Amino acid sequence: MIAVQHITKRYGAHVAIENVTFDVKKGEILGFLGPNGAGKTTTMRIITCFMPPSEGTVQVAGFDCFEHPQEVKQRIGYLPESPPLYQELTVMEFLRFVGQLKRLDPSRIPGRMAQVIEQVGLGPVQRRVIGHLSKGFRQRVGLAQALIHDPPVLILDEPTVGLDPKQIIEIRGLIRGLAGSHTLILSTHILSEATAICDRVVIIDRGRIVAEDTPAQLSSRLRRSEKMSLTVKHAPDDWHDRLSTIPGVMHVVQGTTPETSIIECELGHDLREDIAQFVVSQGVGLLELKPLSLSLEEVFLRLTQQDEQPLHAESPSPSSITPSSVGNQTQA
Amino acid sequence: MTPVNTLLAKELRCFMVSPVFYVVGAVFLFISGFLAHLMVVNAGQQAIRFLQLQNIYAPLNLNELVFRPIFHSLAVVLIFLLPMLTMRLFAEERKLRTMELLLTSPIGINEIISAKFMSVLLIYLGLLGLTGLTPFVLSFYSTFHWDPILTGYLGLALQGAFFLSCGVLASTLTENQIVAAFLSFGIIIVFWLLSGLGSVLGDTTLGHVISYLSFTPHYDRLVRGLLEAKDVVYYLSGTVLMLFIAHRIVDSHRWQ
Repeated sequence: MIAVQHITKRYGAHVAIENVTFDVKKGEILGFLGPNGAGKTTTMRIITCFMPPSEGTVQVAGFDCFEHPQEVKQRIGYLPESPPLYQELTVMEFLRFVGQLKRLDPSRIPGRMAQVIEQVGLGPVQRRVIGHLSKGFRQRVGLAQALIHDPPVLILDEPTVGLDPKQIIEIRGLIRGLAGSHTLILSTHILSEATAICDRVVIIDRGRIVAEDTPAQLSSRLRRSEKMSLTVKHAPDDWHDRLSTIPGVMHVVQGTTPETSIIECELGHDLREDIAQFVVSQGVGLLELKPLSLSLEEVFLRLTQQDEQPLHAESPSPSSITPSSVGNQTQA
Repeated sequence: MTPVNTLLAKELRCFMVSPVFYVVGAVFLFISGFLAHLMVVNAGQQAIRFLQLQNIYAPLNLNELVFRPIFHSLAVVLIFLLPMLTMRLFAEERKLRTMELLLTSPIGINEIISAKFMSVLLIYLGLLGLTGLTPFVLSFYSTFHWDPILTGYLGLALQGAFFLSCGVLASTLTENQIVAAFLSFGIIIVFWLLSGLGSVLGDTTLGHVISYLSFTPHYDRLVRGLLEAKDVVYYLSGTVLMLFIAHRIVDSHRWQ
């Protein structure tokens, strides 16, 4: 549905994105992850025909962005980083305006407006002037304008920014509901969001794609050891040394409390049973033992900090990713 | 409804809720009414003086005494008022990031510029139409020639269109509306002063070219009742040129 091929964008000497290539299949949700200034917005602007690439081609639904921009624009719903809203119009006026601007069939406009207002929960404010709305409602109006012409392709630049947790859950549900019938690209800073709603994730850093896979496979691919978190009732002073004596245990570090330990074992060995038996035999009171999977946060940090920490380093070094804090985020 | 009409309707809607439009409209109509009043009173005083000195009723030439000064004064007023109408057109879109919506919609840059230009032109022509009240009312009390008044209005309309296109151009250059307004003052005043530069250079080819570039001689002829194709061509080509440059500037923003 979307084919991005070898696009490069230069601003004078500065290279914003370099040789970016990826595909999005019909009905798929692609997450676009990267630190600030990585080139996410630039890539999205190129796909939406807002700006042309310096090199490379983009095709949306079979139309080339450069040769048939109008065809492409008609098929894309785009929510930019800051929602493009006319402060002096009411929500309904604005949605009608965008519908007409996107060449939606006039007879369909009232129906689509009602549907979209319902979908993003704008009912209570539909007759109010946009300039008087709160940030959360404005973000929803932004989302509504992207949806109004029922485009097959949706490009959302940080769609849940500025929303409260309840709204975030609603909007995520809405986005998930659009999958299948729509093709989506969304960029986000919130990694758990990508894990929750994306079929596939592209991680971009300093203008280059550093990884592209499903969230689950990304974390398993980058995993170099099995990790688990162990909590006991009374940890003796030499507890970590004692744990290290279990065959297969590579490394033990302290977790958030003295009673919690993060145990790293060799990949492919499930030592939970052995550890449980050992803890019971020591009589320290087993409270909790759970495996930690590599979160997208860790994947992200490893990939975007690979200059300092080589990706394929042989010895695992827990200091690079502060396992205790990351481990807890995973469970949160 | 085509995208141009859609955008035109939206621009007009935004003008109707904007205080700038009401302030500019009120000031323009007040000044034009005030000018008309001054000129008519002045003409009346001259008639009385004539009566006292010569003891006869001299037929007053209202075209000369009232309308020509009004047209000349209004042209100056437009230099200061029209940039207020055009300043927000593109500067605001850039500031509020709504340009991104327009440029990612199936509407061309030429359509965006035409719609925005047409919206201010319609607003301006509407205001100008209201000043037609002066000749209309005077026609009940006096006789005068309508032809120079019609060419004068044509001159005001063309001159206004040209000023508005300068304003559109200025608005594409910046995100700041105040800067846009001052830039368009600057552009218009430079075109105004070119006639002075032309007359300094005198009867040389360069002098003629520079004088031609200024709107002053073209407007003078129209106000005097001379309808010549070269003046109309001057205004139309100037307007199109300004809008074309604005098009190039908006297009170039996409590459930056």
